[in-house]
Amino acid sequence: MATVPVEHGLILAGVLFTLGLIGVLVRRNILFILLSIEIMLNAAGLAFVVAGAHWVQPDGQVMFMFILAMAAAEVSVGLALLLQVVRHFRTLDADAVDEMRG
Amino acid sequence: MLSLLWVIPALPLLGFLVLILAGSRPSHRWMALVGVGLVGLSALLTLLVAFSFLVSPPAGGAYTQTLWTWMDVGGFVVQVAFRLDALALIMVLVVTFVGFLIHLYSAEFMRTDEGFHRFFAYMNLFVGSMLILVLADNLLVLYLGWEGVGLCSYLLIGFWYKDEANGRAARKAFVVTRVGDAALAVGLALLFVHLGTLQIQDVMKQAAAQWPVGSGLAVAAAALLLGGALGKSAQLPLQTWLPDAMAGPTPVSALIHAATMVAAGVYLIARTHMLFTLAPAVMSAIAVIGAVTLLIAGFSAVTQRDIKRVLAYSTISQIGYMFLALGVGAWSAAIFHFMTHAFFKSLLFLAAGTVIISLNQEHDMFEMGGLRKELPTTFWTFLIGAASLAGLPLVTAGFYSKDLILWNTWSSTASSPWLWVAGVAGVLLTGIYAFRMVFLAFYGDPKPSTKALLPLPKLGVLLRLPLIVLAVLSVVGGFVELPRNLGNLPLFSNLLQPVLPATAETRGAGAEWLLQAIAAALALGGVYIAYWLYLRRAGITIRWGRSTVGALLYRLWFSGWGFDWLYDRVFVRPFVWLARRGKDDVVDLLYLGLAWLAQALHRLLSRTQTGRVRAYAAGILVGAVIIIALVVLP
Repeated sequence: MATVPVEHGLILAGVLFTLGLIGVLVRRNILFILLSIEIMLNAAGLAFVVAGAHWVQPDGQVMFMFILAMAAAEVSVGLALLLQVVRHFRTLDADAVDEMRG
Repeated sequence: MLSLLWVIPALPLLGFLVLILAGSRPSHRWMALVGVGLVGLSALLTLLVAFSFLVSPPAGGAYTQTLWTWMDVGGFVVQVAFRLDALALIMVLVVTFVGFLIHLYSAEFMRTDEGFHRFFAYMNLFVGSMLILVLADNLLVLYLGWEGVGLCSYLLIGFWYKDEANGRAARKAFVVTRVGDAALAVGLALLFVHLGTLQIQDVMKQAAAQWPVGSGLAVAAAALLLGGALGKSAQLPLQTWLPDAMAGPTPVSALIHAATMVAAGVYLIARTHMLFTLAPAVMSAIAVIGAVTLLIAGFSAVTQRDIKRVLAYSTISQIGYMFLALGVGAWSAAIFHFMTHAFFKSLLFLAAGTVIISLNQEHDMFEMGGLRKELPTTFWTFLIGAASLAGLPLVTAGFYSKDLILWNTWSSTASSPWLWVAGVAGVLLTGIYAFRMVFLAFYGDPKPSTKALLPLPKLGVLLRLPLIVLAVLSVVGGFVELPRNLGNLPLFSNLLQPVLPATAETRGAGAEWLLQAIAAALALGGVYIAYWLYLRRAGITIRWGRSTVGALLYRLWFSGWGFDWLYDRVFVRPFVWLARRGKDDVVDLLYLGLAWLAQALHRLLSRTQTGRVRAYAAGILVGAVIIIALVVLP
């Protein structure tokens, strides 16, 4: 079975991570910020899986399970916050919610 | 039964813990049950322990119970141990019983106070600390109780903390007694350095073996312990805190300033009397301090208007008698007077408390009057207390204890007739101020302010019961020790004999009748003078106060001989001035600069707190890049 070279997997993960990061920094819509964070998490997960496959170790997949669980928890909290933000401020603009300044 | 000794102080401490943890949530009924009940249990247990102590005395006349080792550092071993001998037994009996009666009284007296649970928590802690103090077998454990008592007095004097004056009185009591406590702490260090132990019995034995009579070290150690005793017992020159300490609720005054705390100094000297016999100079100093204190406090008591301040000065004066007795080596006489004083003084305080609440917080005796018919229980018990305080002959406890002190002051080898003269002069003063209270508050016609309050509400049974019990004790408490020419029944001093040696006597016993007659005549004379001044010729004292000399004397005595004024000028003001001057010196510039720097940095960093999530994310990114660069790049 032809294996995917480890470099390809890592490059893909890197690209995904960068895309996610750019999304977090440039998007102002909170929903898209959350989506971008998910992409970053999955990029990190992909890097783990690729590395695990390369060294033939189960640890990579174990770590991915962790990330999945963490991402699920994070997104539920994030969405709950998002709902509250929408209720209070009637907007999804992250920059409009800056009452904690100073 | 004796093995339950540790439970006696443990019960009030448990009560303190329960009450302070439960807070103000439980009902008053429940809190009173815990606060009063545990002290009551402690008193019951004391009775059982006392019974078994008297029926089958332990070997050597003392029972020691070692609980655990507190610390063991480089040869410095402190055992938490309790020691019950006759002296400690009497102290524990008085503290738990009088304490219990005062608690019972407080349950009704403080009924409507919002700080009810706080009050009982502090009171229980106070009784517990006092019991630790008197039962301690080690000077350091004694010091623990000593400081606990000081802390509780601070908390209770400032109990109504919303009034600033009360807080000031509490601080004053704390700071002034601290002066004495510091001396005591230094004294303990001195004893440990030279004798290698703080176990009270070992200290006494080794001091007697190592130090000759009158040696410098013995004098220094005794003088330092005396310093501690002067502070706690409010003797000259540290007496100024006690009159102000009347700011606390009345049961507190009864507990702290009559029955227990101020007796701590007397107890300390009696407990370590061996050290003091090695230092005759300090003994003479104690006697002179006692004599002078009892006179100046007596004069001050005669001029006060506030009924509680009269009682406060009379406490200082009566403790002066105890110091006089200690100074002439009449140890058991001092403890005897402590016991009777605890009965009649707490009775007087509690009775005064009922007057004060009945008259809507009126403290001024000149605004009272004619209360004899309105408050019969209070009147009769107060009368008995005042008679006992004045030492009316034959029927009161105060007569027997004061007579023993005066007799020993006359007969002791360590005394001089002048001390006796001071003592009997004090008897006259005591008679005057004790019955001045009775005549002003209970005789005469009711004042208009009182009439507006009539009819006065009836006192509850919890207020009356302690008064009656204490009144009975104020009479029969003296019959345990009858003088040689009147029945000769030295039960009390026989009990104390193993702990406190008898007084060495020189002057002849034939004079005993004569001395007693003089003291009795002076006590009755004092009562008559009070009657003449305040009832028969009421108002004459006010006329005297208008003359120049009279006004001067009145002001001097009213202000407690101007000690507050003197200390304010000599200590407080220079200290405050120094502190003010020292506020902006060079050393402080450094700290001011530090504060300024911190503020500037704070302003700078608070700019970065924009509140924007994306900015934070960018910040995290930059930080992560820098850290990775630092790790990856060589």
